[in-house]
Amino acid sequence: MKYETVIGLEVHVELATDSKIFCSCSAHSYGADPNSHVCPACCGMPGMLPVVNKRVVDFGMKAGLMLDCHINRTTTFDKKSYYYPDLPAAYQTTQWFAPVAVNGLVEITTSKGKKNVRIKQIHMEEDAGKLVHDIREDTTHVDFNRTSVPLIEIVSQPDLSSAEEVEAYLERLKTLLRYARVAECEMAHGTMRCDVNLSVRPEGSDKLGVRTEMKNMNSVEAIKRAIEYETARHIDALENGTEELRQETRRWDDIKGKSYAMRSKETAGDYRYFPDPNVMPVVIDDTWFESIKSSLPEFPEVKRARYAEEYGLSEYDAEQLTKSIALCECFEDAFSVCKSAKDAANWMISEVMSILNARQMTYDMLKLNGKALGELILLVSEGKVGRANGKKILGAMFDDPTIAPAAYAEENGLIVSNDTGLIEKVVAEVVASDPKAVADYKGGKEKALMSLFGRCMKQLKGNCDPQMLRTILIDIVNKQ
Amino acid sequence: MMKAYTYKADTAAEKRIVADDMILTKDIPTTAGSKMLEGYVSLFEAEALTRLKNAGYSLSGKADVGEFAIDLLGETSVRGALSVDGKILNPAAEIVSSGEAMAALTLDVNGSVRRAAAQSGLISVKPTYGTVSRYGTIPAACSGETVSVMAKCPSVCREVLGVIAGHDDKDGTSLPEEKCALVSAAAPIRRVAILTDMAEGADGSVTERIDALSRALEASGVTVEKISSTLISSARAAWNILMSAELCNNVSRYDGVKYGYRSDNFSGLDELYTNSRTEAFGELLKTAILFGSDTLSTENYMKVYDKSLRVRRLISEEFTRMFESFDAVMMPACSSMSYTEEAVKADKYLCFKENFYTAPASITGLPAVVTGGVQLVGRAFSEAALLDLAELSAKEGK
Repeated sequence: MKYETVIGLEVHVELATDSKIFCSCSAHSYGADPNSHVCPACCGMPGMLPVVNKRVVDFGMKAGLMLDCHINRTTTFDKKSYYYPDLPAAYQTTQWFAPVAVNGLVEITTSKGKKNVRIKQIHMEEDAGKLVHDIREDTTHVDFNRTSVPLIEIVSQPDLSSAEEVEAYLERLKTLLRYARVAECEMAHGTMRCDVNLSVRPEGSDKLGVRTEMKNMNSVEAIKRAIEYETARHIDALENGTEELRQETRRWDDIKGKSYAMRSKETAGDYRYFPDPNVMPVVIDDTWFESIKSSLPEFPEVKRARYAEEYGLSEYDAEQLTKSIALCECFEDAFSVCKSAKDAANWMISEVMSILNARQMTYDMLKLNGKALGELILLVSEGKVGRANGKKILGAMFDDPTIAPAAYAEENGLIVSNDTGLIEKVVAEVVASDPKAVADYKGGKEKALMSLFGRCMKQLKGNCDPQMLRTILIDIVNKQ
Repeated sequence: MMKAYTYKADTAAEKRIVADDMILTKDIPTTAGSKMLEGYVSLFEAEALTRLKNAGYSLSGKADVGEFAIDLLGETSVRGALSVDGKILNPAAEIVSSGEAMAALTLDVNGSVRRAAAQSGLISVKPTYGTVSRYGTIPAACSGETVSVMAKCPSVCREVLGVIAGHDDKDGTSLPEEKCALVSAAAPIRRVAILTDMAEGADGSVTERIDALSRALEASGVTVEKISSTLISSARAAWNILMSAELCNNVSRYDGVKYGYRSDNFSGLDELYTNSRTEAFGELLKTAILFGSDTLSTENYMKVYDKSLRVRRLISEEFTRMFESFDAVMMPACSSMSYTEEAVKADKYLCFKENFYTAPASITGLPAVVTGGVQLVGRAFSEAALLDLAELSAKEGK
């Protein structure tokens, strides 16, 4: 018999707000000392009351709109009770009854074509702390830095049917959420985590099979391996009766390449959700809603098409530039100043992106001032600054986004000189110092001229129009 | 008197306030009357207390409370009941009556403050929900509990309330400043209703006081009429559900891991939780935890908890309807003018019955003033007017 896999995902994404969801502690503690980003509120001490961080709601709405969801104009927070040492108040404040966004749609593309994945809901909630196990001392420590860091949980309908589709879906979520600048979505940093719900049924059946859930998956590769393993395990159980499938939570061991039962539905705790009386319902009025809606970026493929059509960029260039919203914004700002899409795209792709790669930065980490880049492009295209010096200035602008290229070029002697007297003097000196090269060139070795040209350019610190230099050089060599 | 205190300050200041042990104090333990929090010192203090200190009041000490303030008068404190000749007394009320403090700052969770004021001949004001910050109070039943004031006379209640009321950014349920200021706004009270259904179960000592207050008010030109509303009587059942559920959730944090009492006897996490809580929590609280937990279960949520939320709304609407014709509603604060240790021993859950009288104001967040042993519930923000009635009746009573 042929089988099909039915997969639904619960994806947790850490929101990139500055502070935590209910207190003013910094939400960015990746790599910080344990318990250095905590206060009585996020430690769950009695007497502290939650005050909702409005930015979290902004980001929740943005995420919802990017995934084509309906936004609940009155959204509420609820308490979810369970005991675990990383949860200091023994409840998590989350959204159960009226999540910020519901009924969305995400389009994915795989080798089989396009497919829509329905989003059931997106809810906002606080993260839990971290347990740090010390094997040497046989103790466990608790780090509350991550407690109350804002998360959204994106719950899909069981519309996915393969590891390939899951990968495409996760990539699409990353792209859209990064485009809206609401999240980093870096699985390796734990800013994106995934629970996989999976069942198997005979192909064409409309009944769902027994579902198992694998929690806290933190790499796409592991997710793909886990899906393949679980699918095979389910089919084996159905075909050969190797085991009885139970609705349960399983842990994926990526090193062993196996999943293990953690707890069954019967032994799972009851979370006893109820509305948090300390958090008033959040009412999203029209002004708030519209301000968020109008702040959203174009979708990547819309931008891509527009770049090709409006700016006449090649498909490759448009594809490269739309890999990140930071690249797009920088490019668009640069274009608005230099007015040449071709130049702006070239600088972005051959210079800016290579610096990012060389510095091992992600495209989203780009902090370059796009308008200043536009000015730099103009300086170079108008011949006021040599291309090589232009690259130098760009490097400086990466380190200090406040640099104005023209002033910087002026201050550092990087302006092209039109002083033919100076050029002729330098060329004459270089030519005189190397009669062999002159002889070689005259004997037909083109390379010898290039070597002389390079030395002249170096002497002139790059501040020379290459065409002019070449003409003067040939002229002087020929006179020898 | 020493037994009434969990901590006594050495102060000769003129304006002394006693705080009950649900009000967090810095550098001084706050225990909520529970073994679980024995010796617990908070890193911060209650906003209401800070405001009083800034206004020149000083803390005379901390008064003992029943475990998480859900009992009758404080008898379930880990330190035992305060009593004289078998009669249970409320620690904060005793300290105020003795004159050692001009007023008590208390957290009214389940009406113990109002019962204490009624039985001690004091005045108490439970202000409109959201007008006094709950920042720095031990959470028990957050949707209805309110920082309240108890004193010998209405003017002191008025004065202290004027200091502690006001918007606080640290409390998400705190109302805007202009709303909070209304607790001091005067309004005439012309008509008062006696809710006859709410006198159910009250003994002669209580009905006598209702009659006396009615006469005093009438003598000052206030119209007093008897009305009936069976709906208000259902506040008790709904409040017991909401209170227990919230309490169960709020005390979950005391699990023996981070702070609070930790059992010496455990091998593994589940045992650490279970034994710490089993050893440190008292019987009444355990009952509320189990009951509350059950009302929130997947099976019961809709038919029990959610229904209680709907009852809460109906009761609020019923009060709104009554306030179209009346300025305040009169009802007992307790069934009897005293509780004996014997009676509490015979009925461990008496406090979940006696809150029949206090639940309506708790569940709706409406202001309630106790005067002459009787409770007056008014419109939101009518504290000043209710205290005017208390003053009128005090004058007439003399």
